[in-house]
Amino acid sequence: MSALRDLGAVFTGSPVRCRVALGVLLAVLIALPLVLDRYLLSVMILILYFAYVGQAWNIMMGLCGQLSLGHALYVGLGAYTAAALYQHFGVIPWVGAVAAVGVCVAAASAIGWLAFRFGISGTYFALLTIAFAEFTRIGFDHFGWVGGSGGFFLKVVQSDRMDWVNLRGHPVMFYYLALGLAVLGFVVSAWILRGRAGFYFRAIRDNEDAARAAGVDTFRYKMFAVQVSAALTALAGVFFAFYYNNLFPEQIFNIGRSIEIILAPIIGGIGTLFGPILGAAVLTLLSEGLNEALAAAGREIPGVKQILYGVALGLAIMFMPHGIWPALARRLGFDRRDADAPTARLVPPGGDGPAGAPPAGAAPAGGRVAAPRKAGDG
Amino acid sequence: MPLETVLNVVASGLLAGLVYGLMALGLSVIYGVVRIVNFAHGELMAVAMYAAVIAFAAWGVDPLWMLVPVAAAFFGLGYVLQRGLINPFIERPEHSQFMLLLAVALILVNGLLVAFGPDARNVQVDYALESYEIGPLLVDKVRVICAAVALATCALLFAVFRFTAFGKAIRACADNLLGAQVVGLNVSHLYALTFALGTACVGVAGCLLVLLADVTPNSGPAFTLLAFVIVIIGGLGSMPGALAGGVLIGVSEALAGLLITPSAKSMISFALLIAVLALRPQGLFGRAAR
Repeated sequence: MSALRDLGAVFTGSPVRCRVALGVLLAVLIALPLVLDRYLLSVMILILYFAYVGQAWNIMMGLCGQLSLGHALYVGLGAYTAAALYQHFGVIPWVGAVAAVGVCVAAASAIGWLAFRFGISGTYFALLTIAFAEFTRIGFDHFGWVGGSGGFFLKVVQSDRMDWVNLRGHPVMFYYLALGLAVLGFVVSAWILRGRAGFYFRAIRDNEDAARAAGVDTFRYKMFAVQVSAALTALAGVFFAFYYNNLFPEQIFNIGRSIEIILAPIIGGIGTLFGPILGAAVLTLLSEGLNEALAAAGREIPGVKQILYGVALGLAIMFMPHGIWPALARRLGFDRRDADAPTARLVPPGGDGPAGAPPAGAAPAGGRVAAPRKAGDG
Repeated sequence: MPLETVLNVVASGLLAGLVYGLMALGLSVIYGVVRIVNFAHGELMAVAMYAAVIAFAAWGVDPLWMLVPVAAAFFGLGYVLQRGLINPFIERPEHSQFMLLLAVALILVNGLLVAFGPDARNVQVDYALESYEIGPLLVDKVRVICAAVALATCALLFAVFRFTAFGKAIRACADNLLGAQVVGLNVSHLYALTFALGTACVGVAGCLLVLLADVTPNSGPAFTLLAFVIVIIGGLGSMPGALAGGVLIGVSEALAGLLITPSAKSMISFALLIAVLALRPQGLFGRAAR
């Protein structure tokens, strides 16, 4: 019950215009397949997919400060688990997703335990996550049961029927599935952000020693952040498997994939609720737009698009260090909130923190300590 | 399997490992002083390799002669890169620095792709097939030369850091940044020089490695990962650690290629990395991790 109340409270603190905008956005997204053609639909699916995985990664990095550069590991493990269960044993993807979440949470727990036991953090932790993803990639290259490096394929069914049980059929179904995931990622993030765990996460991110001194079980909450993030990413993997129908270790576990995942939240605004969504939209549209523009200009030389993409990334990080959303939110007035709302601001203005979705209401530095102190009774 | 084969493979892995070590040394020096993880390290290496390939194809210049101009050019490039692009990011959080260098890496890799196409390139020098016989061992001449040059470059770098006033100033920055600023050292200039030295290392390593391996634009990210693995195993920021890590990875890759399967060789490297992080996170030669 209290969980449900918390969930409701997620949005009550936001300004009215923010809630209205969110409702309009959701309505537009639900109606969109009526007007979009197949290509634009696929672009929208891509945006929602990246918004979702970005959101999942953001829980770990944006909220709890643990930089993972190996999230492709969870996408790949989730995808392979559900796909192998479906193909070999006929297990429906909804059940396969549960197994996928289990596998990914187990992997995340192993990595987290290994790292946090020794206080590995920052760069070292990031490189450890890369190592595990690469290790698994090469392992799957030699894993014959799921096709090894030759790839693993799901039976493609060409029909306009939507088979929701087996997730086979028309792209519109995948659009709604991706939309559902994006909403799920948003709601889970919002819930964590406003809940007790969110305060602990941010305390750990901003000053781990202080958080520990104040009584936060930092090991437990860092593990929790990694596990939640991995569980959500596993579902993205299941979606990936059934949407694309083919899996290659070389592609799905590639470090390039891990980087793709983290671009959206970083460009959009790390540690914010809307950053991953906005970043996914901006980056996907930029990428597709570049494709179109280069095709129109007749300059489809491989590599040119990536160079322009790289320049855009570099400029974005140089001139908008906190991402697009915090700046935009300030302009739109989404950062103001009602007087009675709980304050959750943990970083000073200009700090690298949740300046977007969380309130900008004046919170004294004491807010940083108030949350962890509760650890004693929790 | 005859012992001689194993010994030969170990020897060639060891010699290649010294070149890897030089590459990783560049990364380690930069991290040790500037505290920036150069995510574009391998991509810079690929650029150096292409420079050597092109010079060889166009004018028949031996990559060993290209060492000096490439190292000089990379020194300048590193200085400009640090002073102009990276320096404003020193105080920024790690993910910001990562994004910036990732953008640099993307531009470098795809610049190579646009300029030279996706095909693998290499250099065929006329002494490529010569070898020395040392007891039961048969060692490629190229590998011996590369390893010797790599060692000499490392020794030079050690000497610069140990015995010159400039090296002392850089070590001061690494040990105590505030203290270095207080006594009036020009930190951003020294940081840029350190970055330049690190990139020069990679330039030399690239000219050497082109004699031992093919290069494609996509080699860049793979080299970056390799350099990470090596410095973490040796100890991020430790100079002897980078060399030892390079040799360890060179030998283990060669042995894995012989005993298991060539495609599994980087799996062994990553397994080593995970083992080191689990058992001794500061690396074999590193001081306690922060």
